[in-house]
Amino acid sequence: MTELLRGSGLTLLRGDRCLFRGLDFALHAREALQVKGPNGSGKTSLLRAVAGLLDLEEGQVTWRGQPTLGHRQAYCDELVWFAHRLGFKADLTLVDNLRFEAGLRRTRMDRFDEVLERLGLGRLTRLPLRSLSAGQQRRVSLARMLLADARLWLMDEPFTNLDAAGQALVLELIDAHLAEGGACMLASHQPIVLQGTLKSLVLQ
Amino acid sequence: MSAANRPTLVAGLVAILRRDLLLAFKRPGDVLNPLFFFAIVSTLFPLAIGPAPEQLVAIGPGVVWVAALLAMLISMNGMFLGDFEDGSLDQLILSPQPLPLLALGKTITHWLVSGLPLVLVSPLIAVTYQMPFDTIGVMMATLSLGTISLSLLGSVGAALTVGLNRGSALLSLLVLPLAMPILIFGARTVALAASNDVVSAGIYFLAAYCVLGLSLAPFATAAALRISNE
Repeated sequence: MTELLRGSGLTLLRGDRCLFRGLDFALHAREALQVKGPNGSGKTSLLRAVAGLLDLEEGQVTWRGQPTLGHRQAYCDELVWFAHRLGFKADLTLVDNLRFEAGLRRTRMDRFDEVLERLGLGRLTRLPLRSLSAGQQRRVSLARMLLADARLWLMDEPFTNLDAAGQALVLELIDAHLAEGGACMLASHQPIVLQGTLKSLVLQ
Repeated sequence: MSAANRPTLVAGLVAILRRDLLLAFKRPGDVLNPLFFFAIVSTLFPLAIGPAPEQLVAIGPGVVWVAALLAMLISMNGMFLGDFEDGSLDQLILSPQPLPLLALGKTITHWLVSGLPLVLVSPLIAVTYQMPFDTIGVMMATLSLGTISLSLLGSVGAALTVGLNRGSALLSLLVLPLAMPILIFGARTVALAASNDVVSAGIYFLAAYCVLGLSLAPFATAAALRISNE
């Protein structure tokens, strides 16, 4: 199996507090890595650091063997980010928001209708995003991940605001993504079950 | 897996222009605010100072330019605030499109939405100051170049202060010193035009300032956004 993502000796300080020190992990194709830990243990910070949004104190993250810092474009080309703040404009419609994404990264617009149907968003395309419920907005964010032609999914707390069906759907989507040769790193404190390989990383 | 092509740079620029213009169109209040400010400030001066024509001709260029500068300052603070708050900034930073390109796109929209209306309204203001007809052309030229430079300066300042709670005061402090040459050359050039002097030097200076900003500001803005978004 090809190794995609590796973190070696990751150390992150926030203020004068050390969130983690000398952390190592590796993520291969067809694998998911769950970052666990109590609130405030640095799950989100770890994900942000892996994505390149936060600077690490020490250590480096490599993507396909190349450090992500020097090869940002190649790395960003293959990743898609899913977080609590969705990164959509509440005044614009679902279609306008997702069409904007197509200008940012490789997007499978040919799958557009199919993806919306799958996520149960087919009837909401004309409404501004602010009139959708929180759970529906999370589903729009899932639509971005499905449309993006990305190998690596970075997901921060993917289950918040979703109903039981939505949570099952997230797991199903992750499994399908892994089966296609993708990889997923997610931060969540709740136990999850996947068909594919699931590794875990516990932060104190 | 890979079936889609990576969008071109032009596609990225068009996408962000389209999105931000659409947003501005949905929230016209944000757009009209600086414009109203500009119009009100510059029409209040004749009322307060008195309608003597020679006085109005003397203060006209200065008042129009100060009002335009302040109106631009008001609008700068919000340039990246929305994107910072709703997480769009994370998505922009993590997209394979170069961040300076996206920053440039946002700056262009800011100018189209806040700067261009000032330029278009300025002839009406000029008439209230009894400006001669050929001066109005010079004023619009200097205001166009000046507001573009101000949008570019503002993008760097707004990117540096976007993560701060009370960024707007700091933003003015950061931007104003750099904006002084624009104000001085802009207002003086219009005054020179009013007294039928040569104006090309001032316009060249403003154009040079604008080109300098255009070539440096997007990169500075991108670097500042990465730092502010930590």
